Amino acid sequence: MSELITHSAAKLAELLAASEVSSTEVTQAHLDRIAAVDGDVNAFLHVNTDEALAVAADVDKARAAGEELHALAGVPIAIKDLIVTVGQPTTAGSKMLEGWMSPYDATVIKKIRAARMPMLGKTNLDEFAMGSSTEHSAFGPTRNPWDLERIPGGSGGGSAAAVSAFEAPLALGTDTGGSIRQPAAVTGSVGVKPTYGGVSRYGAIAMASSLDQIGPVTRTVLDAALLHEVIGGHDPADSTSLTDPVGALVEAARSGDVHGMRIGVIKELQGEGYSAGVQARFDEALELLRGAGANVVEVSCPNFKYALGAYYLVMPSEASSNLAKYDGVRYGHRALPEDGSMTIERVMGATRAAGFGDEVKRRIILGTYALSAGYYDAYYGSAQKVRTLVQRDFAAAFETADVLISPTAPTTAFKLGEKLDDPMAMYLNDVATIPANLAGVPGISVPGGLADGLPVGIQFLAPAREDARLYRAGAGLENLLEATWGGPLLAQAPALGGVK
Amino acid sequence: MAETQELVAFDEAMAKYDPVLGFEVHVELNTKTKMFSAAPNAFGDVPNTNVSPVDLGLPGTLPVVNKSAVEYSIMIGLALNCKIAESCFFARKNYFYPDTPKNFQTSQYEDPICYDGYLDIELEDGEVFRVEIERAHMEEDAGKLTHLGGATGRIQGAEYSLVDYNRAGVPLVEIVTKPIVGAGSRAPELARAYVAAVREIVKNLGVSDARMERGNVRCDANVSLMPKGATQFGIRSETKNVNSLRAVERAVRFEIERHAAVLESGQKVVQETRHWHEDTRSTTSGRPKSDADDYRYFPEPDLVPVVTTEAWVEELRSRLPEPPAERRKRLKADWGYSDAEFRDVVNAGVMDSIEETIAAGASAAVARKWWMGEISRRAKEAEVEPSELGVSPQTVVELDRLVQAGKINDKLARQVLDGVLAGEGSPEEVVDKRGLAVVSDDSALLDAIDAALAAQPDVAEKIRGGKVQAAGAIVGGVMKATRGQADAGRVRELIFERLGVQA
Amino acid sequence: MSEINRAAVAHLARLAHIEMTAEELDKMAGELDVIVDSIKSVQEVARPDVPATSHPIPLTNVFREDVVGETLSQELALANAPDAADGRFKVPAILDEE
Repeated sequence: MSELITHSAAKLAELLAASEVSSTEVTQAHLDRIAAVDGDVNAFLHVNTDEALAVAADVDKARAAGEELHALAGVPIAIKDLIVTVGQPTTAGSKMLEGWMSPYDATVIKKIRAARMPMLGKTNLDEFAMGSSTEHSAFGPTRNPWDLERIPGGSGGGSAAAVSAFEAPLALGTDTGGSIRQPAAVTGSVGVKPTYGGVSRYGAIAMASSLDQIGPVTRTVLDAALLHEVIGGHDPADSTSLTDPVGALVEAARSGDVHGMRIGVIKELQGEGYSAGVQARFDEALELLRGAGANVVEVSCPNFKYALGAYYLVMPSEASSNLAKYDGVRYGHRALPEDGSMTIERVMGATRAAGFGDEVKRRIILGTYALSAGYYDAYYGSAQKVRTLVQRDFAAAFETADVLISPTAPTTAFKLGEKLDDPMAMYLNDVATIPANLAGVPGISVPGGLADGLPVGIQFLAPAREDARLYRAGAGLENLLEATWGGPLLAQAPALGGVK
Repeated sequence: MAETQELVAFDEAMAKYDPVLGFEVHVELNTKTKMFSAAPNAFGDVPNTNVSPVDLGLPGTLPVVNKSAVEYSIMIGLALNCKIAESCFFARKNYFYPDTPKNFQTSQYEDPICYDGYLDIELEDGEVFRVEIERAHMEEDAGKLTHLGGATGRIQGAEYSLVDYNRAGVPLVEIVTKPIVGAGSRAPELARAYVAAVREIVKNLGVSDARMERGNVRCDANVSLMPKGATQFGIRSETKNVNSLRAVERAVRFEIERHAAVLESGQKVVQETRHWHEDTRSTTSGRPKSDADDYRYFPEPDLVPVVTTEAWVEELRSRLPEPPAERRKRLKADWGYSDAEFRDVVNAGVMDSIEETIAAGASAAVARKWWMGEISRRAKEAEVEPSELGVSPQTVVELDRLVQAGKINDKLARQVLDGVLAGEGSPEEVVDKRGLAVVSDDSALLDAIDAALAAQPDVAEKIRGGKVQAAGAIVGGVMKATRGQADAGRVRELIFERLGVQA
Repeated sequence: MSEINRAAVAHLARLAHIEMTAEELDKMAGELDVIVDSIKSVQEVARPDVPATSHPIPLTNVFREDVVGETLSQELALANAPDAADGRFKVPAILDEE
């Protein structure tokens, strides 16, 4: 395969800036890779060939003319198909939105366009981002590039697989309960969930508004920081957007200095339920960090055991309301009832029956239940209180630690179909990633090595607005581990489509 | 629709029952943009053009609160003597309906921005009735449905409906009363007066166009009856679509008569939504309350709480104009009008114009004469409000000055007004351009008088004989000959001089 | 076990406007029962003295000035409509004939 596709985004940016390669070459190399391997991986729902090449050519022309360009100008990127784009279809992985063309761009897409980054296409996901395996996509599952019989995580399995299969150097994901970090963990890539409000949600199709965040999916910590600085910052179109500056994330990623950093091991996010291989890689990571001068301490977050329950009440409640708009009136799929009266009420019911998949229906019904008269206090109300308790746990933990650490997911990638009929087992994948969403704090997953030949992710969590700490700690661990591996973990990934 | 409605005569109903009323009045604010989007808040435009992605509920869109709408809401609360919440948030009211783009309405639930207020309503005979306000909260309007196919244009029997989302997201304030007890047989009158008062207040504040025919102010009226002397409220009906002051009064009266009939027949009133029909002056059953009315309210996660400071509230309070009722009291005293005169002025909608005209220099009597007389008459002909006719207070003052100076008479003044309205300039300019000044040259008048006396010798003879009343016919002839440009009083004097008669 | 049975799911499906067959209702009832059972532990710690959190990062008074911005053209507004007529979205009858 072309060497160009193995480069990090930072490296590509250097080569482009020095005019050693053109954006057209870089973009074409990635489009070629997509053509070669995506039949197996199914990371992309839409490939945006013409526009990507047009933007690339434009950047090349501008560079030749000596125009001042953004550092990532000409570096291509893949977009999770939950983020709306003008000129490309946006499906949210659902039949409901098949063929829908957004008349407006998400704020992050405007920023990507302003930076003049060619968009390679839209990546696969669990329908409306509901799932941990990308098997709930209405357009077929995405496969894990490390083992095509296994899931790439979810909901952002498409973005993680695209990046780890070298189909894109960068991708955007969304993270409601771990949808960026867990796929990153099981595909050996890097994923960041920024502080809630750090990146505008305007144009990210909502699952659970108080939990959703857009973030970077990349192969290196530095690349994530570079992309985070492009997409972050205040947006007046999102009322929950923070006014704080994005912070010196790239600087933190370039430093990677963990000496003297207090790293808190969350007692409740290890041990039972975590596979031996995951636990082993996690313990090794702690050893390396200690060896580099980090001050590794144990912290306890006793209410985290209620976090999963709170999440599976808050998320479906908000989702049940956010997804009410899909009714076949203004846009999207419309189905007619097979018999009986043809009222709008029945058409809506038939549309939603035909347009939504099982997992989406399950969560809508669960959320409707949690909000319904007589149950609100017991369920939604209680879950909101647990959010307060989880926040308090974080606040206490961050008094003794600068960042917290845990495995990102309890296991490595499981086989396609393995948990499809057991929703609760599927939900347990998110147990370590969910607390950050409930509390709004940022998190990163970095590759932690392999267990039985499959990637393991290590998660760092930082206090709200302290995303820079994630990049410092994440880059620090990345440096330490890559020194032991003799290069990036993804260099060990098996060949795909016979072209590696 | 084939529902038969038994009614009990109103007086008979009132002899046995006490009505309990409650109102939910929705006021559309006249902000420039919508509650949660920057699309224009405008009436009557081409369908689905005043919409942004937010108003269509497109995937990925998010609301942002219009600051003016919050301020207008607080101003309404202050004018209704409400407390203003220190902190409040928006909530989602979840229900499916095609005019609601997100299939939830962003509203307020547990903590409205304004609460615990009251309004003193003065009925026509001067009796004052206090209506307690439970809350006034912010929310958004829905789109507009047009029902087509079928015979009636009503929702019943329509084959399909068309949806225009221009109105979707227009800021609303919903004002909810506490139960109103003790109005007795004056309930219908009070209902009308209450809605009229709310309408007047929001119009006076300048926060709503307050045109009921456009739906700027909409009323849902709750009515229940309880046996006289009871304290336990009866089961209520909620009548929607009551969209004129007259309809409010009629709908309340109708529901009282209908409830009484239901109770008299030994049945229970159904708790339901009913629709008012102005054409038949009756209500029909909407749908009964059911378990489908589980709105699953929860705090709107896409919006953050609104926190009010004392300084902000006081700043808004300082913007409030004088309350309409107090203003009326003051103006009536200042102008010295009788009760009847003042009521006519108010009903004719010319109070503001008279105030401005007096401020411009006219006397209270002259201002009333013009606005209640000639200008109102012309407005009625043109089917517009008097204030919309295009007559400025300055014009009235100038017309009066010309009459007082004897330059024109009342009849000519009307022609001058024609000229002003036709855009020919100020009254003075119209007098000049049209040559409308009164003929004050006696010799010109005497020629006309001689001609008139010669034409009617028998009348001249009568006047000579002492029948001075007969002079009217000669005056008429002279006025006709001078095309009205003579001073009738002077013509009379000259006729008597000419005939040597002492008038 | 919790209180989620077929009738309860049927009611919720009506509220959520999702038509479901009898088999779907039964399957969903079984699944939800398991899920609710395992997540209702939240009630154990949701004591009355614990305040609720609805927004992870507390902000207040985020407003927009009342200035008109961009709108969609009618054509663009209706571009994705399943059915439209006369510049408006077209939907089947709202009420039954009877």
